[in-house]
Amino acid sequence: MSAYQGDFLKEVEARVEEGEWVKMCMQCGVCAGSCPFGPHWEHSPQKIFMMIRAGKREEVLTSDAMWMCTSCYNCVVRCPRKLPITQIMHGLATYAHRLGLAPKMQPTRRFSVTFWSNLTRTGRVNELKLVLQVYFRNGFAAGLKEFWNMRRVGLRLLAAKRMNPFELVFPHRCKDAKGIQRMLAKACEIENRKRGFSQ
Amino acid sequence: MRDIATSQTILVVGGGVSGMTAALEAAECGKQVLLVEKSPTLGGRTALLYRYFPKLCHPTCGLEINLRRLKGNRNVRVMTMAEVVRVEGRRGDYSVTLRVAPRFVNENCTACGACAEAVGAEIPNPWNYNLNRMKAAYLPHAMAYPQRYVLDASIAGTPDAEKARTACKYGAIDLEMKEQTLTVSAGAVVWATGWKPYDAAKIQPYGYGRYANVITSVEFERLADPHGPTGGRIVRPSDGKEAKNIAFIQCAGSRDENHLRHCSRICCMASLKHTQFVREAYGEAARSTIYYIDIRAIDRFEDFYRKVRADRTVKFVKSKPARIAEDRASGDVVLHGVDTEGYHRYAAQHDLAVLAIGMETAVPLPQDAEVFPAGCAADALDVNRSVQSSTAAALRAIQVVNRAARAES
Repeated sequence: MSAYQGDFLKEVEARVEEGEWVKMCMQCGVCAGSCPFGPHWEHSPQKIFMMIRAGKREEVLTSDAMWMCTSCYNCVVRCPRKLPITQIMHGLATYAHRLGLAPKMQPTRRFSVTFWSNLTRTGRVNELKLVLQVYFRNGFAAGLKEFWNMRRVGLRLLAAKRMNPFELVFPHRCKDAKGIQRMLAKACEIENRKRGFSQ
Repeated sequence: MRDIATSQTILVVGGGVSGMTAALEAAECGKQVLLVEKSPTLGGRTALLYRYFPKLCHPTCGLEINLRRLKGNRNVRVMTMAEVVRVEGRRGDYSVTLRVAPRFVNENCTACGACAEAVGAEIPNPWNYNLNRMKAAYLPHAMAYPQRYVLDASIAGTPDAEKARTACKYGAIDLEMKEQTLTVSAGAVVWATGWKPYDAAKIQPYGYGRYANVITSVEFERLADPHGPTGGRIVRPSDGKEAKNIAFIQCAGSRDENHLRHCSRICCMASLKHTQFVREAYGEAARSTIYYIDIRAIDRFEDFYRKVRADRTVKFVKSKPARIAEDRASGDVVLHGVDTEGYHRYAAQHDLAVLAIGMETAVPLPQDAEVFPAGCAADALDVNRSVQSSTAAALRAIQVVNRAARAES
């Protein structure tokens, strides 16, 4: 019965960013056809919206579909109902991640987590560290191999002074890293209260 | 010219099926009516249809009846090539400024066509949505009323105009005609200025204007008409090949926040009707595919929809295509999208794509004077509902002039 009562739709409306737009979808299919990544998704946005309405909570939240969005905004531009489809996809991805239902090894999810921790530590992105973290994500041997493949680019960046190896030990930070972290913590607290997450 | 209209006259702006209906309903109730039309003929966009839905009868039939009523009624005065410049005043007391363009042809015209033969210059033919060209001396279409030729303003003062004048045996060509501006009084104004098709080139992903074989539903209507640019042969514009495998795309411009917000109401039925034109032309070899979000064949039209559903030459795909591409080698159109019934991705090749284009109001309502909108000036309507809407507008106008008459006596 719960499928027909739209429980999951109500949940999405209340707890997912821009989720209140989902019910506006009229299933025309323009988003699915416009997506440059379309053929590689498990479920197109149009299908995800229908699955939400059909109450397929597990299937939607464990799917890797919304993680495939590259934010090109083609669907948003063309949607006849002007749904913020890109934002909904990111909202669903974040929600699934916070519930711990998102696929663990999904590359976009892993990169997002790495990027977030890298950024929030000092208030600035440490590019060198981020690149190394990405290279070595699949183990030491694979990382070395990728490192070797990219050596020319790296040397040229060094020569052009676009990359500083000391960043690894003494990263430069923003003036008030602690302040940034406090702001982010406060924002998280407000967001959690709004979306009904405990701390 | 003030004497042609008084405060008890009803002015009807627009001579399409809505305007004709409003004018006739009021006139048959004994009211004085002035019917003004911007183009050289009455009939409007209805005259440009090949057939009506759902009975597939010819619009000439419906127009014929209205023209007979018009000819037999002394209360209606018709002015063609007259455009409303300004409407001032209020209920019971309007002052309307009209600009009348010169036709260069007077009442002596017998529509023999000698002037058209004499003239060399050609202009795009708006009565075929500019799909072909016509002589600069022309009769708009077979059902034109009045049945008088027009000399296009572009040849005024050229040797062509003189050729037309000498070719006319009846002295009907009058090159001295000038544009006139006149002011008339009216007690009520019915605004029946009709609709225009939405500009299909604005729907960028569908490639109208970039690909020759993407056309609109109004253009398709002309292709099917024996009086149209191809003599009724359904062929595609790029190479004249017979178009048997045709895609009809619904909601092209309608129900879209980026284009027209409203449902244009006629497009679904128009496309269902068009599939029957294709069937009529090619029999079992016809292949029509309707791409739709949902088919809006309301009330009694449901029967027609069921009939088309049962037709084996017609396929329905529940999907609004995302974009149209062109196959360079064959000139075919390729529709890309995802089908909502099963979420299958498709790239479907067709000879021709017909965009079921939405309707928008042709002329906005006057800002500073209250008028009674009728037909498609009021809302997106089909012919049947336009006639109902116009009868309602005529009734409101009659009430206003009756009140004005009581106040004066």
